[in-house]
Amino acid sequence: MAQEYRVLLEYADKINPEKASDYIKVGGYKGLEKARSMNPKDLIEEVKKSGLRGRGGAGFNAGMKWSFVPQYPETKYVVCNLDEGEPGTYKDRIICQKNAQALLEGMAICGYAIGSKQGYIYCRGEYPFVVELLKNAIGNAKESGALGEFDIEVRMGAGAYVCGEETALIESIEGHRGEPRFKPPFPGVEGLWRMPTVVNNVETFACLPYILTNGAEWFAGIGAKSYPGTKVLTLTGDIENATYFEVPTDYLLRDVIYELGGGVKGGKKLKAVQVGGTSGAFIPPQNLDTPIDFDSMSAIGAALGSGAVFVMDETRDIVDIVNRIAKFFEHESCGQCTPCREGTFRCKEIMEKINNGRGSLQDIENLKLLARVMMKASLCGLGQAAPIPITSTLTHFEYEYLRKLV
Amino acid sequence: MDIKLTIDGKEVVVPQGTMLIDACRQAGADIPTFCFDPDLKLAGSCRMCVVQPKGWRNLVASCVTPAQNGMVIETESPDVIEARKVVLELMLARHKLTCHTCEKDGECNLQDYCYRYGVTESRFVGKVHSLFKDDSNPFIERDYDKCVMCTRCVRACDEITGARAINVMDRGHHAKIATSFDGELADSPCVFCGQCIMVCPVGALSSKIAAGKGKPAQNEKVLTTCTYCGTGCTLELNVKNDKVVGVTSNRDPEWSPVNRGALCVKGRFGWDFINSPERLTTPLIKENGEFREASWDEALNLAAQKIKGIKEGYGPDSLAMFSSARITNEENYLAQKLMRAAIGSNNVDHCARL
Ligand SMILES: Cc1cc2nc3c(=O)[nH]c(=O)nc-3n(C[C@H](O)[C@H](O)[C@H](O)COP(=O)(O)O)c2cc1C
Ligand code: SF4
Ligand code: SF4
Ligand code: SF4
Ligand code: SF4
Ligand code: FES
Repeated sequence: MAQEYRVLLEYADKINPEKASDYIKVGGYKGLEKARSMNPKDLIEEVKKSGLRGRGGAGFNAGMKWSFVPQYPETKYVVCNLDEGEPGTYKDRIICQKNAQALLEGMAICGYAIGSKQGYIYCRGEYPFVVELLKNAIGNAKESGALGEFDIEVRMGAGAYVCGEETALIESIEGHRGEPRFKPPFPGVEGLWRMPTVVNNVETFACLPYILTNGAEWFAGIGAKSYPGTKVLTLTGDIENATYFEVPTDYLLRDVIYELGGGVKGGKKLKAVQVGGTSGAFIPPQNLDTPIDFDSMSAIGAALGSGAVFVMDETRDIVDIVNRIAKFFEHESCGQCTPCREGTFRCKEIMEKINNGRGSLQDIENLKLLARVMMKASLCGLGQAAPIPITSTLTHFEYEYLRKLV
Repeated sequence: MDIKLTIDGKEVVVPQGTMLIDACRQAGADIPTFCFDPDLKLAGSCRMCVVQPKGWRNLVASCVTPAQNGMVIETESPDVIEARKVVLELMLARHKLTCHTCEKDGECNLQDYCYRYGVTESRFVGKVHSLFKDDSNPFIERDYDKCVMCTRCVRACDEITGARAINVMDRGHHAKIATSFDGELADSPCVFCGQCIMVCPVGALSSKIAAGKGKPAQNEKVLTTCTYCGTGCTLELNVKNDKVVGVTSNRDPEWSPVNRGALCVKGRFGWDFINSPERLTTPLIKENGEFREASWDEALNLAAQKIKGIKEGYGPDSLAMFSSARITNEENYLAQKLMRAAIGSNNVDHCARL
């Protein structure tokens, strides 16, 4: 039977996340020590070699991202993305609540690698208690001397989903409207206050201490080859065990649901599962035997994303759910670019029309057209991904739409 | 360093760092834009200028994407045309389409692009929220029911005028241009320069003073220099039936080297006196509390006589000369000469202090 494999969460509830000393007792801050004994270039090579890819959704190789940061500017920043706005996702909160010191250590390792002395954690506005926890954890780590010269400040979001997008996040830290910037320039070259900035997800940072302590080869050997390591998943919806798990990345989606998840609630049949959050594709039962890693998910037209797993049983109304999702995106679009500002609104309108039994085949055609253009022409990932629930359900659950048409 | 790319089958060579839009234009392609403005910071937000790089998953906004060596670009591929049409239809779906009475008719980007791509109506019509701003200021009409949210006005206000009177408020489909707390321009730092009107690609912003007097696209444009102050801004008098009916900007640096189209409230809006029936056309002399018309000779003689009398009775320093910043330097030179040499006083000042 497939098992959990805990790395980041090994000492969950056994150590106090605010206390550096607790963490040090279980091997903490050894990774940072090791990193600091290395030449920054070799350190970045080591991280590259581990194969660690971003856990925030885009799956970019972490070491590669760091290597784009130019050496010469004196001021550079390390920014941790703890916006965690993706509905159904709470793994970053869990990592902070169980193992905050690993996050701090990871950020300090990155700081050393790119030559930055200042880190920021951008925390979701709905997590004031995590802000408190992190502030205490940082205070404690600073006091213990574990972080050395590296400073970390916590900044709080105000509830905008789009501020999880790294450049909108940067704008928000700067005190501006949370609107994504066009790229290039990428944050690595021109980020926070126009200085080189590495933005990584909480889970990405939290992997680093273990990579440094146990070696890149060790990490590269866990889970899927092209997306190694473990992944913390959060299960929601019609599932027996609606909780979080840490699994190796070659873990099968079927096992997530039927082994760890304990199966669909009440013994019902599965209709669909949405992985990666609200913008994820709806996966039909026939695709369950897919490993959860980034590339395997992409291969079936889905995305691992944040690692949220939303389970829908046979009684669920797909069109109604997608309608709600369309409302979410209409509400969360920043309004900057035309395809998304107007497109999310019209998607919602058409979805409502279909859901209320007033839609026609022409509406479905219009929806497909709109989705295509939003995906291809929107400025940021929000508008590009917002239509995925629509297109994926039109592919796998078209009959649910057709039976609602007039 | 130069890079080479292929655009619509043509090879072009451009310096590294060139944006695709410029490379495409160099190759002869006509790239439609709303948010792009060569005098303002880039926004990359309207997505009208998208083009298709071969082998890329998505289209790219050519105004914010640097050209890369070896790129193969199509500027009117089926995907590009589809995207541009949908962008236009999405704009139309919420647009108060009243071209017949619109000040922008004939030089409106939305109108022109709809014509170019044959977009007659929108497939996405639905709910429309009215965003028209009833603003009591005398100069600027703010009809956001025609706004395409390109933010050029916001950037012009910040980057050209430095007033920062307006910005984007609210989010998503409800985003709109507003002053702080969504008030009136008069209660904001707005100086009524009208730079926002100058850059607006559609008819969302227009001059209340010129409204209804002639569509700028149809008016004869007479290039001239503003007479209000010594800066010497170039402006275009809009002339219709031999009457001045408006002022617009000429932004060409060749023609408008001093101000590149930027004006102040006086230059842009202070022209309606030209045809005013209240305008003085002959000198007036006040007799028994009433004004009567007089000839220039009579009026000047009377003034000279009175000035002489005051000078003789009370000395030259009892007189002062207040000249106008609206006359030329040469005329101002003569005015002080008259004061110093003929009258004998240094009491000279002019209105630019006001
Ligand atoms: C609309 C949108 C929302 C996002 N929200 C988050 C988020 O809440 N947390 C996160 O880590 N990344 C989020 N991302 C991804 C970030 O832009 C960025 O890729 C990530 O923080 C990089 O870190 P990683 O390489 O470690 O994954 C979001 C992206 C988009 C387009
Ligand atoms: S895609 Fe949506 S969220 Fe992203 S910039 Fe455009 S309007 Fe804003
Ligand atoms: S802004 Fe353009 S499209 Fe709109 S009414 Fe005026 S001329 Fe017509
Ligand atoms: S008139 Fe000038 S100051 Fe006023 S909003 Fe427009 S650009 Fe800004
Ligand atoms: S008012 Fe005009 S310039 Fe300003 S955002 Fe709207 S369309 Fe653009
Ligand atoms: S003109 Fe390029 S995005 Fe608007």
